[in-house]
Amino acid sequence: MMLLNARSKILFLCVTAVLISACQTGSDEIIEDSTAIDGVEQSQLEGSEVSTDTSGTAADLTVLEDGSDNSAIAFDDEAQSKADSPQVMLDKADSDIANRVIYFQYDSAKISEDSLSTIEAHGNFIASNKNVSARLEGHSDERGSREYNIALGDRRAQSVRRVLLFQGASSDQLETISYGEERPVMTSHTDDSWSKNRRVELVYEVN
Amino acid sequence: MNKLVKILILLPLLMFGFSSLNAALTIEITEGTEGALPIAVVPFDTSKVASKLSADIAQIVSNDLNRSGVLTVLSRKSLPAKPHYSSQVEYPAWRTAEQDYLVIGRVLEKTPGQYEIQFQLLDVLKQKQIIGYSLQSSKRKLRASAHKISDLIYERITGVRGAFNTRIAYIRAQQNKGRKYVLQVADTDGFNTQTVLESDEPLMSPSWSPDGQSLAYVSFENRRPEIFIQHLTTAKRIKISGFKGVNSAPSWSPNGDFLALVLSKDGDPDIYLMHIETKRLTRLTRHRGIDTEPVWSSNGQSIIFTSDRGGSPQIYEVSAKGGKPRRITFEGRYNAAPSVSPDGKYIALVYGSEGQYKIAQLERDTGNLIMLTNSSLDESPSFSPNGKMVLYASTRGDNSVLYAVSVDGRGKHKLSDQSGDIREPAWGPYNLKQ
Repeated sequence: MMLLNARSKILFLCVTAVLISACQTGSDEIIEDSTAIDGVEQSQLEGSEVSTDTSGTAADLTVLEDGSDNSAIAFDDEAQSKADSPQVMLDKADSDIANRVIYFQYDSAKISEDSLSTIEAHGNFIASNKNVSARLEGHSDERGSREYNIALGDRRAQSVRRVLLFQGASSDQLETISYGEERPVMTSHTDDSWSKNRRVELVYEVN
Repeated sequence: MNKLVKILILLPLLMFGFSSLNAALTIEITEGTEGALPIAVVPFDTSKVASKLSADIAQIVSNDLNRSGVLTVLSRKSLPAKPHYSSQVEYPAWRTAEQDYLVIGRVLEKTPGQYEIQFQLLDVLKQKQIIGYSLQSSKRKLRASAHKISDLIYERITGVRGAFNTRIAYIRAQQNKGRKYVLQVADTDGFNTQTVLESDEPLMSPSWSPDGQSLAYVSFENRRPEIFIQHLTTAKRIKISGFKGVNSAPSWSPNGDFLALVLSKDGDPDIYLMHIETKRLTRLTRHRGIDTEPVWSSNGQSIIFTSDRGGSPQIYEVSAKGGKPRRITFEGRYNAAPSVSPDGKYIALVYGSEGQYKIAQLERDTGNLIMLTNSSLDESPSFSPNGKMVLYASTRGDNSVLYAVSVDGRGKHKLSDQSGDIREPAWGPYNLKQ
C-alpha cells in the first residue's frame, strides 16, 4: 500500500513537471509575441492552443493513474477534499501565491523569467478556483509623461493577464486597470523607488 | 430617483461654492529678464473710491508684465514721481530713471461697487501717449480688468496679443491628510483659484473646450478611469467615456465638436475621435503597442500623438480623417506629451535622454529641437494661447510645481502650492466673453 502510494506520487510529480515545462515554453512564446506587431497571432495563442494543451495533459494524468492503481485516485480525492478554501490559500504567508506584485523594467511590459513562475502559480490558482476574481493594477514610475505611463501600466497589466489566461484563468475572472504613475508605493526620486513602482499588483476577491 | 438626480447635480455645485475659500498659488519669478524693456507702472489714483479697493491694479499689471520676460517693471521704491494724469507727467525725470514706457491711471467709482478704470501708456522718449483706455469693472472683476490692462499694454509694445487675462487648469494632489486629488482652475497669476472637482481617487488630464467654458478630464472616482466633461459655471457634468480598459487623454477639437481620446477597449491603447453630441466613435489608430496623448493641430485637420510603435515613445501625426501616421520626431529616445503652438509652427514636448526629462520645442519647418528647460523631471507642457509661454510641471525636491517659461528663454516663473503637488497644467483659451 505504502509502496503503491509512493509510486503514484512519483508518477504525479512527473506529469506535473511535464505540464509545467510545457506551459513555460508556451508562455515564452506569448511574451515574445507581446512585442510583435501582428495582433492575429496573439489571439490564436490565447484561445485554442492553450486549452487543448492543458486538457490533453490532464486526461493523460487520469489514464495513467487509472491504469496503475485505484488508491492513486483515492489519494487525489483525499488531497482535493483536504484542499484549503481559496480565502485560506490567499491568506497563507508562505504559499506560491503570497507574492502579489510583479515588477518590470523601465519602459517595458515584458515579463521577466523570474516573475513568470509567480504569475503561473496565480494562473493555476485562479483557474482552479472559479469563485475568485483578480484585479490587475498596472503602475509605472514617475518619469516621462503621465498619459504615456497610463498606457504603459495598461500594457503591463495586459501582459500579466495573458499569462493568467494561458494558465486557464477565464477572462471574466480578470479585470485590468492602469494607474500609471498616480499611485507610487515609494515617493523618492531614486532608481530604487522607481524599480519598486514599475509593477502590476494582483488584488484578489473571493466571490 | 428624482432626489438622487438632484443630489448629483447639487454636489458639484456645492464644491464649486466653496471655491472662493481656496488660497492663491504662490508665484515667483525664477529667471532674469535680460534685455527686457524698462517700464514704470505708477500706483493708480483711488482717492475717489469710497472704500478701499480689494485689488491693487498697478501691482497686478506690474506682476503680469514682469512675468512676460519681455518687460521689466521699475520697483515702486524707485519711482521718481507718482502722476495720475498725463498733464502731471514730467518726462525728463522718467528718462533719467532710464524708463522707455510709463503707465498711469485712476479708478473712479460710478455707483457703489461699480468702477471705471482709466489708464494711459506713455512713450517716455517721444513724450506722448501711445494708448489710453477706459474699462468698466466691478468689485468681482477688478483682477480680470487689471489682467486686461496688462494684455493691452503687452500687445501694444510687442505686437503680440497678451494672454494674462486667461485661466489655467491643473491637478492638485494633497500629500498629507490622506490622499486627495483636486481639479482646479486659476488666473494665470495663481489668484482666483476655483475647485472644479475633488476626489480620493486620481484625477488627470484636464483639457479645455475651445470656448473656455468647460473641461474634459479623467477621473478614477469609480475605481477605474473614465472621461467626464464639466461646465465650469453651471458645474453640470456628464460621463462621456467609460469603456472597459483605458479611457484617457481627452483633447478637445478646435471647433468644439469632437474629443480625441485614448481607449483600450479593442486591445491596446489606441486613438479614437468621439463626436461629443452623439458620442459616436471613430477609431483613428490600430496598432499593437501604445498610442496616446492625442492633440489637435491648430487647424483641426490632423492629430498629433505619442506612440511607441518604433520601439520607443515618439511623436506622430495622422490625418483626422484617418490614414497612415507619419513620425515627426527623430532626435532622442523619448519624445512624448505633445502640445501644439496656436500658429501650428511648434510642438512643445517631453524630451527624455540619459535619465533626464526636459521640456523641448520642435520647430516643424526645420525639425530642430530646442531645449526649453534644464531640469530632470519635467512633464505636461502646455502652450499659452498666444504661443509665447509654455507652462509645465516639474518635480523639485519632494514637490511638483508649475513653471512657465517664455519660448525665447528670456523669462521663467514658478507657481507653487504650499499644501501639495500641482501638476498637469492646461493653459486655457482666450476669454471669448469679452
